[in-house]
Amino acid sequence: MTTTPLLQLDSLTRSFPGIVANNRIDLTVGPGTIHALLGENGAGKSTLVKMIYGALRPDSGRMRFDGRPYAPANPAAARATGVGMVFQHFSLFEAMTVAENIAVALPADLAGSDLPDRIRDVSASYGLVLDPFSRVDQLSVGERQRVEIVRCLLQSPRLIIMDEPTSVLTPGEVGRLFTVLRKLRDEGRSILYISHKLREIRNLCSHATILRRGRVVGTCDPGAETPESLAEMMIGNAVRRHIRKVQEPGAVRLSIDHLTLPAATEFGVDLKDISLDVRAGEIIGIAGVAGNGQDELMAALIGERRSATPDAVSLDGAPVGTLGPTRRRAMGMAFVPEERLGHGAAAAMSLTENTLISARGRRNLERRGVLDFGAAKRFAAEIVSAFNVATTAVTRQAGSLSGGNLQKFVIGREILQGPTVLIAAQPTWGVDAKSAAEIHTALDQLARAGAAILIISQDLDELLSICDRFAVLAGGTLSAPRASADVTVAEIGILMGGAAREQQDDAA
Amino acid sequence: MIRLERRPETSRIMLWLTPVLALVLTILVGMVLFAMLGKDPLQTVAVIFVSPFSDLYNLSELLVKATPLILIAIGLSLGFRAGIWNIGAEGQFTIGALAGGAVGLAFHGTDGLWLMPLMWITGCAAGMAWAAIPAFLRTRFGANEILVSLMLVYVATLLLSALVTGPLRDPDGFNFPESRLFEGSAAMPLLMEGTRAHIGFFAALVAAFVAWLLLGRHVVGFQIRLLGEAPRAARFAGFVEARVIWFCLLVSGGLAGLAGLFEATGPVGQLVPSLPVGYGFTAIIVAFLGRLNPLGIIIAGFVMAVTYLGGEAAEITMQLPNAVTAVFQGLLLFFLLGMDVLSTYRFRLRRRVREVA
Repeated sequence: MTTTPLLQLDSLTRSFPGIVANNRIDLTVGPGTIHALLGENGAGKSTLVKMIYGALRPDSGRMRFDGRPYAPANPAAARATGVGMVFQHFSLFEAMTVAENIAVALPADLAGSDLPDRIRDVSASYGLVLDPFSRVDQLSVGERQRVEIVRCLLQSPRLIIMDEPTSVLTPGEVGRLFTVLRKLRDEGRSILYISHKLREIRNLCSHATILRRGRVVGTCDPGAETPESLAEMMIGNAVRRHIRKVQEPGAVRLSIDHLTLPAATEFGVDLKDISLDVRAGEIIGIAGVAGNGQDELMAALIGERRSATPDAVSLDGAPVGTLGPTRRRAMGMAFVPEERLGHGAAAAMSLTENTLISARGRRNLERRGVLDFGAAKRFAAEIVSAFNVATTAVTRQAGSLSGGNLQKFVIGREILQGPTVLIAAQPTWGVDAKSAAEIHTALDQLARAGAAILIISQDLDELLSICDRFAVLAGGTLSAPRASADVTVAEIGILMGGAAREQQDDAA
Repeated sequence: MIRLERRPETSRIMLWLTPVLALVLTILVGMVLFAMLGKDPLQTVAVIFVSPFSDLYNLSELLVKATPLILIAIGLSLGFRAGIWNIGAEGQFTIGALAGGAVGLAFHGTDGLWLMPLMWITGCAAGMAWAAIPAFLRTRFGANEILVSLMLVYVATLLLSALVTGPLRDPDGFNFPESRLFEGSAAMPLLMEGTRAHIGFFAALVAAFVAWLLLGRHVVGFQIRLLGEAPRAARFAGFVEARVIWFCLLVSGGLAGLAGLFEATGPVGQLVPSLPVGYGFTAIIVAFLGRLNPLGIIIAGFVMAVTYLGGEAAEITMQLPNAVTAVFQGLLLFFLLGMDVLSTYRFRLRRRVREVA
């Protein structure tokens, strides 16, 4: 039986300065199918869907939608044709209600006074429970995603693009989302599902197109593949998963003792009575969905925000809670913030100058206020060679490096200071698999050398593979740490979601 | 179709070429303007750009104009690098002249080498104190330093008027609103007899050199640049924003106050209500024209001094309205900011993507 494909891409090409992001991409999505678009970070997935959604124009190639030529001038034209998109990063106004948020995004004829009723209808028929009159800042991440999905569905799209929808969800929420997606498929709508989570794709999708470095490297039925074979297609060689051999931990190096810190802003999270010990040679992970206090905890550990009492944070027994970042670094702490550009590094400054941000003291780059640029340059070169940072010179601006290379530079800058305690947020976020493995190896070596390492991450796979123990941060509260070896992903999901639900009950 | 495309890295060449391009465009537009006013454009441009170099006196006048511009712009540039916008240098200039000048007037008739340095210190400290007001309000209450420093300009100007019509008025001055002349130990030493050029120019050069060392070699300069580039990274580096705000405002206020004192005790020679003629505002253009770089600011200070003198010459010989100088300086800043986009972006000619029919 031959049916007209819903979406057909023919040799679509788009380049950016210095890189061909999409090179002659062919892709066919049939009606009523969930089609996976699979690839590592930087493989070209985002560029491709932006062209389908009308946010970018292709340099060459053509698209057909439902058999007719399709060249959307902008996202509004794409939506009018029947293409909807749910973004990975939500574009919602936190201080407005669900209905208001949806109304601003709809064409005027769809945003009438009956909108709240239609929101209820749509959310009820798909099991997407949503109150049109609740304010978005009161909603959990999963509920915010429902707002985006409902907003998309109100325009009756025939093709829905979903960009890594599960990256911010708890395992339970993922299950509910999949139920909705399958229902949409059964109605005859198609879904283009972007992800690099192999298990999900095998579970959900009937077709997959795999991108690597801007090209299509294969298509398959994911259900017929193993996660290993899919991963191999994605990254081009066998997945190297580093499994840490647990060693006997030493004395407590970093101690967080009943740390309580009120939120700095209206939309921040209060840290409530957090306690945790990290011992020498140990890597401890803190899991949790973004926005549950990770940023606040990081600021408190770096010293960007001071604790009320000195012994809320201590290092090798010495209280540091009221000290600033420079004093903490002098005592042996090092930090890798989640945001590389703008927090861990300054984009417009050279790599040499970027070493001065955190290594002035421990690498003797400053003597009584006078900066030693020769030493800074040598240190930058040392980082570049030790961590395989791909760059032409240490005089290049940090912003000219790719995300993965900049991350290696920032991590290298901290590790090569020989810290006794390293605290890293999302150490491999947006980093390709090879660089991620290198970073994990470096962290492991640092721990073996006797440092205590704390990793705050949303990537459960990462935490389970490199951490000895881990705890879950939810609603500003930290669970008791558990050994990674004897915990299942489902249990963590319950910890993450359970704590979040508890918080909601408190609020109600 | 022409598109703007972000450069992978800031262009070093463009960074220095844009001020030159801006100057060229200013001259071209200026010529159109002169033609519309019925003047010979080439001759007018020649008067503006050649007459300031015509003789030794005119050259010395270039130093007179460039000195306060460079001194103030050096101070402002530090803050501008950190994203701290002191727009009120004109007020700090006025207060510096007023306080330092008052010391000179208090010791009227007294001789001694100590008097001039005392006046310098007082003028500098008074400029700092005036700039400390926006610094305090910003760090303590989050008040916008642009508005506070700008409004204080008018307070300073009125204070000057009040004092020269009152306590500081020349007792033998027939009730004119002006002070005694600064004489003897209270007068700014000149570089050359018969001109108005004074040793304050060396102070401007020293300030530029110190700023250059500070920005390139010292951790304080690094704090300033990092805070401007990436405020969160500055916090991560352990730098305290409030300290940088205080430092930048105090330094720029102090240098503006010093420039004001030099102007009052040198070229002007007394305290008069018309002392603030806009150096504090023009220095903002100088700072940007010089790319917030100390060496660039010295060059830019002279370029701007040329527009002052050339504008005056054009007024006299070509009968142009006296707004011509301000128009010229305004055009220059306008084009400079407009051209700036070229250092981070480049133009690309790109064929339109053919619509698939």
